[in-house]
Amino acid sequence: MATTTPPALSAGRGPEPPVPAAPAAKGRPRRSGRLAPYGFVAPFFVLFAAFGLFPLLYTAYVSLHRVELQTADRMDWLGLQNYTRLLDDPFFWKALGNTFTIGVLSTVPQLLMALGLAHLLNYRLRGRTFFRVAMLLPYATSVAAATLVFAQLFGRDYGLINWVLSSVGLHPVDWQAETWASQVGVSTIVTWRWTGYNALIYLAGMQAIPGELYESAAMDGANRWQQFRHVTIPGLRPTIVFTVVVSTIGATQLFGEPLLYEGSSRGGISHQYQTLGLYLYEQGWSFFHLGRAAAVAWVMFLLIVVLALLNAAIAARRNRTDR
Amino acid sequence: MQLTRRSPLTGGPLAYTVLIAATVVFAFPFYWTLVAASRSNSELSAATPALTPGPNLFHNLGEAVQQAAIGTALLNSLIVSAAVTAGVVLSSTLAGFAFAKLRFRGRGVLLALTVGTMMIPPQLGVIPLFMVIVKLDLQNKLPSVILPSLVSAFGVFFMRQFLVQALPDELIEAGRVDGASTLRIFLSIVLPVARPGMAVLGMLTFMATWNDFFWPIVALSSQNPTVQVALKSLGQGYVPDQSVVMAGALLGTLPVLLVFGLLGRQIVGGIMQGAVKG
Repeated sequence: MATTTPPALSAGRGPEPPVPAAPAAKGRPRRSGRLAPYGFVAPFFVLFAAFGLFPLLYTAYVSLHRVELQTADRMDWLGLQNYTRLLDDPFFWKALGNTFTIGVLSTVPQLLMALGLAHLLNYRLRGRTFFRVAMLLPYATSVAAATLVFAQLFGRDYGLINWVLSSVGLHPVDWQAETWASQVGVSTIVTWRWTGYNALIYLAGMQAIPGELYESAAMDGANRWQQFRHVTIPGLRPTIVFTVVVSTIGATQLFGEPLLYEGSSRGGISHQYQTLGLYLYEQGWSFFHLGRAAAVAWVMFLLIVVLALLNAAIAARRNRTDR
Repeated sequence: MQLTRRSPLTGGPLAYTVLIAATVVFAFPFYWTLVAASRSNSELSAATPALTPGPNLFHNLGEAVQQAAIGTALLNSLIVSAAVTAGVVLSSTLAGFAFAKLRFRGRGVLLALTVGTMMIPPQLGVIPLFMVIVKLDLQNKLPSVILPSLVSAFGVFFMRQFLVQALPDELIEAGRVDGASTLRIFLSIVLPVARPGMAVLGMLTFMATWNDFFWPIVALSSQNPTVQVALKSLGQGYVPDQSVVMAGALLGTLPVLLVFGLLGRQIVGGIMQGAVKG
């Protein structure tokens, strides 16, 4: 079940390292030898099928039924009714919109800042390891702990952030009740937790760019910004695509931050920062409609597929125009 | 890994300024947790908030432990994280080795399946999973959180990548010539070579499991919580005492921070190792 935010790191590597051919077995392998590989992958696949793959597919089946939390083993056929109910619910559309805006608010600044930090971390620096570890510190906290702390910092009456705002003569902001302010608040938590992590991913990518490229760019008279623009960014392209995909998926399923920001599954008094993930939870575990929650899960799944395809298409297009 | 390759440019004062500022921003919430956890609720709601730690830390920690069963929660989190880490590391090393070095029919398809499903968020399977644990009468029991996490597609992929590079084919070949079975080869040749990769995967898995939130709050109640579930109930009191909430947050974060303090360098290395390189 791992994390709700993308679990640790890498999925699709860019270029696969070539798999060295396994040594050709001398003579005819014994029967047990031929079956052995399956024994090695079996523990993974048995559990994976039971707790990973099966629930995923079964969600689709559940989404076509009325299933209530209290009587979770009774299923009544509904057809597409869960889906049509969903599309009639203004809060579903609100959650969809919020997921999008919070996703943009958290992903875009996060990745831009990560890129900048990675660039700095790639310099020859004193205390390089210290800075790298410090960047990753927020990654060590949980969604729950981080959100509780930020909710306190963003408090309307006694929060530190409003205290700072008013002490420099600005108006305090209601970080919980106002739509944009609350969405900024939630996005800040996400950004704080993941910026350093993404910076390290970018740094790893930057270190794989050959130094000669920078040298020849410098000989051609490129300044630091031009080197960054024309050597670093193109070299990082696969890494950037990867982080965009992972962050997008993470944003689509955002859940813990909006749940704990104020402590209700409604996502604010007028649902102003309720995400799809939180809406799913509210349907299932506050209103007890597991079938409808399953429909939300499938909508999220389709959304992710569409976003992934979109990302892939954009990446492919950019590659083509580059050549 | 090329952590030590010489960088093209030396950082100037501006680089240091920005990095130090970023470090302050990244570290401040931790400092603030300590400040808030060591003050009283009334001090936190004063017109001018206190910016330094106060004397109430132990009182607040005690309150948090009492209000949210944090003692049980810490023990539960430790059990769950240790069990999951052991399961993930073992199953991933076994499967990773097979994918990296053994030939068998269906290898490509199975690996593609593993990698492909890595991108699918676990939330999507949560409803049937919940129905299954209700059926097995595991609700509110630790196995409900341990069982679904015992394997990880990411772990398999990570160990495969590690072993493709770290395990020379000649070593396996030599084992075969000596007449060793595949299991023997795994135990005496693969495991020792795989150890650094297993350690990194273990740390990442432990942290992720400790911090996992969505599934535990669905599967467990506040009577038998993990730390994250306990934190949720602490934050949801009618009028939560902020300093006690912060004390709870501190307790929930401290163990991982300790691990991080000791092994931060290796964790950074592990994450950069798993990253995509252009």
